[in-house]
Amino acid sequence: MYAYDDIDRAIVHERVEEFRDQVSRRLSGELTEDEFKPLRLMNGVYLQLHAYMFRVAIPYGTLSSAQLRKLAHVARTYDRGYGHFTTRQNIQFNWIALKDLPDALADLAEVGIHAMQTSGNCTRNVTADQWAGVAPGEVEDPRVWAEILRQHTALHPEFSFLPRKFKFAITASDHDRAAIKIHDIGLKLVRNDAGETGFEVLVGGGLGRSPFIGRTIKSFVAGRDILSYIEAVLRVYNQYGRRDNIYKARIKILVHELGIEKFAAEVEQAWAEIADGPLTLDDEMIEDIRSRFIYPAYEKLPAEPDELRAAAGDARFEAWRNNSVAPHRHDGYAIVTLSLKPAGGPPGDATAEQMDAVADLADKYSFGEIRVGHEQNLVLPHVARRDLPALWAALDKLGLATPNVGLVSDIIACPGLDYCSLANARSIPIAQELSRRFASPETAALIGRLHINISGCINACGHHHVGHIGILGVEKNGEEFYQITIGGRADEGAELGELIGPAVPYGEVADVIEDIVEAYLSLRQRPDELFVDAVKRLGVEPFKERVYATR
Amino acid sequence: MPLVKNGQITADEFVAVADDVELPAEGAVLISAARLLADPERLVARNSPLGVIWPNNRDVAELKPWLDRLALIALVFPTYKDGRAHSQARRLREVYGYRGELRATGQVLRDQFTFLVRNGFDALDVKKETDAHAFGEATHRYTEFYQPTGDGHRSALQLRRQRHLTSAT
Repeated sequence: MYAYDDIDRAIVHERVEEFRDQVSRRLSGELTEDEFKPLRLMNGVYLQLHAYMFRVAIPYGTLSSAQLRKLAHVARTYDRGYGHFTTRQNIQFNWIALKDLPDALADLAEVGIHAMQTSGNCTRNVTADQWAGVAPGEVEDPRVWAEILRQHTALHPEFSFLPRKFKFAITASDHDRAAIKIHDIGLKLVRNDAGETGFEVLVGGGLGRSPFIGRTIKSFVAGRDILSYIEAVLRVYNQYGRRDNIYKARIKILVHELGIEKFAAEVEQAWAEIADGPLTLDDEMIEDIRSRFIYPAYEKLPAEPDELRAAAGDARFEAWRNNSVAPHRHDGYAIVTLSLKPAGGPPGDATAEQMDAVADLADKYSFGEIRVGHEQNLVLPHVARRDLPALWAALDKLGLATPNVGLVSDIIACPGLDYCSLANARSIPIAQELSRRFASPETAALIGRLHINISGCINACGHHHVGHIGILGVEKNGEEFYQITIGGRADEGAELGELIGPAVPYGEVADVIEDIVEAYLSLRQRPDELFVDAVKRLGVEPFKERVYATR
Repeated sequence: MPLVKNGQITADEFVAVADDVELPAEGAVLISAARLLADPERLVARNSPLGVIWPNNRDVAELKPWLDRLALIALVFPTYKDGRAHSQARRLREVYGYRGELRATGQVLRDQFTFLVRNGFDALDVKKETDAHAFGEATHRYTEFYQPTGDGHRSALQLRRQRHLTSAT
């Protein structure tokens, strides 16, 4: 956990007071809606279909139990008793009144949470691997760098009015859980031959109406130079990113139109003007940030404790353990994922009561720390393996032990037409229906790892392009239709899915997905050939044939 | 529109002169980039303060040869959502060392004053009268900053580095 100091606290509180002033000028009519809009967006406030939506940042997905309790408090006090965790490591509240927002922000500020730049054409919340700092085999904890980036990009005087939104993601593992290739800037922490820590920098990834996989712009930028290099990338983008057409304003279009080599040359030139200047980090600066990340005092514990052996006879526990529990960098501990995807539930939703209860469990079993992943699940990152049975029993009571993490019903979905003013079609009911159809743990285990991603419109908040199965809602003559893609992935081998054929109506989506899954089961070479690997080997044709032959 | 210069509401000494109008023999004038670049040597040799309105889609590096003889560079915010001039300002001040007046024009509102000042603007052609009067309040809202810019404030990282070194000794 990163502990705020007086400087961080001052900035967050001053921001709340600034927003309070802006809201009061809006309510008095001194600010027009047009003037207010970019200001409220930069404080996480959208005007949605039914009400204002409030999006709160969870930088690099790390929360303390006190912070999670405060989110529960906001849900209970100002909203309808629940919140929605998103693919951006944010939480959204859907029913909040404009007049209450400054108070909600002030409450959150008490525990060092803010909503700075969770929307708007600025640098957005910095996301990271939700297992950062605990996953085995990392170069080092990427959150130290994510925090340096968070600070540098918060209220940045030069880059708060960019052509479009700008997203960073960071990982320090070879296995990419942060989806860095679909971000405007993806950073992979690496170590060079001389043993120096630095970054492979990727640029120009992104989904939406023109999806692109990010490209490596520089294979090694030393840690001390990362801020000046990022600044150069943003400066080039600010100057040359298109402002004539919002659909062509993201950095991915600039990189695509210029070509990565020419874009890289522009960045080098901009970097030459500022490299070795005031943005250069030194060991003391990095060490100061690192020193304020507090790590648990792990004990020496057995890897296979008696408690775990005793629980092994319980099939429900074992099913959960098999997909929710991952290896930890310290023996005797585990990383535990809490599924926010119960059968028939809206993906990513948690009630205030669940949030409070998870905070209590985090205090009891995870040194008071919780993570939020881009798959819309929660994580307890430091659980002693001997505590797994007790934790499972508690989670089971709360409805947070659905044994489907990484499986077919662990669906990523945007809010869709039920909430969002941009959407063309519903996402949540499709996710609910699919999660019911694939609710049987036996079937899910047979199918193996399979990611379904659903977006209610082309803006792709549900990352449908990179779902193993992607579902995109479109509107045709006033009705909801869905395009299906297969073969996408968001990990280190990121790829965009391929369309299998004409869009299908709302009522047929679940049947089509079942057909695709059945086709996979009959076509796979071995039980451990993943769906996405089978699609890679076979192409879309056999799946297309299966789906459209009888329709 | 009121002009706020170095924190004070002040009269504008510069007269904007259209491209097809003869420059007066004396007095501070503000001309277009096209006019300046058509005959820069003669214009900068004129014996009165010279200012240029620089479009936000043109590289400020083009101004390098004339920077020490320009009294004013006016950068443009066609809407306040278009932030290109923020980058132009920082390059002019911090990379090329421009020391004359740097003026923000166009849609300049109080909610950006802090950013503008941090980026090196010392004059703001403010759109709303009430905003101009709120300059002091708007620019003193923040006491700490994360990023180092040329405005003299020490960034959070620099402050902490100092503390870190002090506590280590």
